[in-house]
Amino acid sequence: MIGLNHYLIVAGLLFAIGLIGVIRRRNLLMLFFATEIMLNAANVAFAAISHYYNDLSGQMFAFFIVAIAASEVAIGLGLLILVYKKQGTLDLDDLATMKG
Amino acid sequence: MFEQIAFYLFSILTIGLFLVTVLSNNILYAMTSLASGMVLISGFFFLSGADFLGVVQLIVYVGAVMALYAFGMMFFNVTKTIKENNTSNVLVFVLGVSIALLMVIMFAAPISPEVIFASVQPEPNTTNPEAVGLVLFTKYLVPFEVAAVMLLIAMIGGIILAGKKMDQSLTKTDDENITQKDIK
Repeated sequence: MIGLNHYLIVAGLLFAIGLIGVIRRRNLLMLFFATEIMLNAANVAFAAISHYYNDLSGQMFAFFIVAIAASEVAIGLGLLILVYKKQGTLDLDDLATMKG
Repeated sequence: MFEQIAFYLFSILTIGLFLVTVLSNNILYAMTSLASGMVLISGFFFLSGADFLGVVQLIVYVGAVMALYAFGMMFFNVTKTIKENNTSNVLVFVLGVSIALLMVIMFAAPISPEVIFASVQPEPNTTNPEAVGLVLFTKYLVPFEVAAVMLLIAMIGGIILAGKKMDQSLTKTDDENITQKDIK
């Protein structure tokens, strides 16, 4: 029988993978992919808890997370296009211009 | 039985695909594996009885977000593999896993399972989409409207940010020209 802990462990693993991506990546587009993974891991945990406690609040929060992720992608890609137009690169090391 | 098989299949496949997303050096590979991982994540939602959320995941993530990424990628040069100045892999793995573990311990350990109780129970004799609709349009109506306004603002912002100088091709013209013109 699949219990709540199984879902939570999978969600934690997915979140760790997303966090590894955020730490490791230097390309801005790849950083966006990693944040999507982290948001999805939170959604899996919310849906599983909502199922095992017979409570709809978890699913509601998951809906709002999906809405936030969608608007984040819309704004973020617009900003990425602007950065690419100005700098010609998406690499974080090349964008670091404020060297002390 | 089938639930177990499906759960383990979905979890192994999603973890593998997201690892490809995180570790691959090719943006096309990363995006394709991210999209297929999103499809399989919706399998988790169907397994845990959240049918409507699974459909929303399929429509919004696989349909809209991935299409937006694919569209955005047309502005960037994605055919070459990206060169990244990566830090050491072992350190990153240890840091990532330990930070995730630390956050789980910080936020989840003080909550004991006995004190959690269901505050919004689904109405009896309703399917999942019906119950979601009944709760979403009564108890969560104000956040729903706020989310709608936020999506409208995001849409306008996206159009204004990306819509400038759309008539110039970024890939065909030299990068230097555009940079010089933009600075002036």
